[in-house]
Amino acid sequence: MDKTWNNKAWFMVLPVLLLVAFSAVIPLMTVVNYSVQDTFGNNQFFWAGTDWFTQVLDSARFWDSLVRNLAFSAVILAIQIPLGIFIALNMPRHGLGVPVCLIFMALPLLIPWNVVGTIWQLLCRADIGLVGWGLTQLGFPFAYAADPVDAWVTIVVMDVWHWTSLVVLLCYAGLVSIPEAYYQAAKIDGASRLAVFRYIQLPKMKRVLLIAILLRFMDSFMIYTEPFVVTGGGPGSSTTFLSIDLVKMAVGQFDLGPAAAMSIVYFLIVLLLSWIFYTVMTQGDQA
Amino acid sequence: MARITLDHIRHAYGIRPSAPNDYALREVNHEWSDGGAYALLGPSGCGKTTLLNIISGLLQPSEGRILFDGEDVTDLPPEARNIAQVFQFPVIYDTMTVYDNLAFPLRNRGVAEAAVKRRVEEILEMTGLADRANRKARGLTADQKQKISLGRGLVRNDVNAILFDEPLTVIDPHMKWQLRSQLKKLHRQFGFTMVYVTHDQTEALTFADKVVVMYDGQIVQIGTPAELFETPRHTFVGYFIGSPGMNVLPMQIDGATAVIGGERVDLGFAPPAKATAKMEFGIRPEFVRIGREGHPVRIDKVEDIGRHKIVRATFAGQSVAAVMPEEDEVPADARIAFDPKAINIYADSWRVERGA
Repeated sequence: MDKTWNNKAWFMVLPVLLLVAFSAVIPLMTVVNYSVQDTFGNNQFFWAGTDWFTQVLDSARFWDSLVRNLAFSAVILAIQIPLGIFIALNMPRHGLGVPVCLIFMALPLLIPWNVVGTIWQLLCRADIGLVGWGLTQLGFPFAYAADPVDAWVTIVVMDVWHWTSLVVLLCYAGLVSIPEAYYQAAKIDGASRLAVFRYIQLPKMKRVLLIAILLRFMDSFMIYTEPFVVTGGGPGSSTTFLSIDLVKMAVGQFDLGPAAAMSIVYFLIVLLLSWIFYTVMTQGDQA
Repeated sequence: MARITLDHIRHAYGIRPSAPNDYALREVNHEWSDGGAYALLGPSGCGKTTLLNIISGLLQPSEGRILFDGEDVTDLPPEARNIAQVFQFPVIYDTMTVYDNLAFPLRNRGVAEAAVKRRVEEILEMTGLADRANRKARGLTADQKQKISLGRGLVRNDVNAILFDEPLTVIDPHMKWQLRSQLKKLHRQFGFTMVYVTHDQTEALTFADKVVVMYDGQIVQIGTPAELFETPRHTFVGYFIGSPGMNVLPMQIDGATAVIGGERVDLGFAPPAKATAKMEFGIRPEFVRIGREGHPVRIDKVEDIGRHKIVRATFAGQSVAAVMPEEDEVPADARIAFDPKAINIYADSWRVERGA
């Protein structure tokens, strides 16, 4: 078939281009602008070249935050994905239990980030918080503001509480779309519970799991609000993730050049890791 | 392979059935012989899939027993009954190769790998999938996937019966004929008992030795295709089988004469007239003659479908269909006659036997 070329079609995509330009490209370019120049206010700019990038990449502070971020995302994925699958497998398929479970699962997702932070901060305080006080009374002194391990446990548990539901809901949607005949055929074929999971449920959940892993990775890698509310990055810098560090640098110290350079590096890392996840997880599809 | 006995089976999906209408499956009490090919034919919702799932063990009947070769299997789960089932939509294990798909039921039962290999290779040969053995099952066409479903059933050599639940629904029409004849060939070769659910009469009639016609939760007739055509036991079998279906006309009995509207048709025998019963006169369009003899009739429409003509007419206020040979013409002053040997009499929808 002959393709018809009509340049008027470009006008059709113009609104989208404009929208994307204002929502993404122009702000990003501002950051690029800051990252290669130095400014002392008064709209005076001096060319800095790659200086800020070198400075950021040479600083131990950046690499420490990056390692903390990677460790956090790894822990979050290692807990939330299996836990989410497990809960989804055990959710009811029929009857009154379905809406009840779905509502309970959706509740944490509806709470604003900073409120989640506040809830857990209060809950874990050693003086008045139910969990913090309770653990201390039971002989496990718990102080997230002083002990880095306690701070990490608090933030990880909080994130698991807040976001595992998302994984559960995605997996559940994948599971209920499996036709009954698959389970019947597996029964007739004498498949064990494990084989049903391995050969029917897991392959059918693959698509939604990919989305769940990508979303949870990106979100956990960019986490800011909750640790900011709970620990403020401490004790010391034990929960200072890249985003917290970035805000300290840009807003606290007003180092706009290095902060802009760091934003761009941060953005490229998220993009690169997401691309790797996606490629690895979809490469089997072509075979 | 096994003889299947359905001993007073009834099933209701509700919890506590009280009236006959609460049952999705009213009483079924039959014995199906070993090595037979049975088709369960009926419209949607008549209970045929329910009956199939009771045989396979996916459903427990509310009442009654099911026996394979005289052995009660009512309480056995599907995997212990040694049956195979092919579903409406092909069920394959996407991530496995064709070979692994076929080996799956054997490996689950702990069969030694050497025996698995021998058996799977036989089945690959039988289903014509040998050249695709090491391909991922996901990329295959619908008919190849359906062959894998079937193969997973055939691979166990102890299967009692193979059950098919409308297996050709998603297959292209030209492949349907091919698969059906392959299936018949396999059946003749290996002699397994087959039960085949369908709502397509052509499929049922070409596939099965015995067609089990179901209607409204009960079996209305079990018979060879010829029996279903010539002597439908129930008016439903009359309309459901045949194209167009049987003409069924309300009538009164007067000795050996049927009174339809104002017309009197000689029956050649005197059926026992029950005053309370609703009497009906049934005749297949193939045995209705349109010509210069018989009763007055009004011709409404002639449909020429190539091999023959279908005449739609009004006789004594009732619409009647007739099949005429392609070369015959409908005369200007047409009259209608019925082949007396092909007339069936129904009392309350059930056929009245001639001798009775």
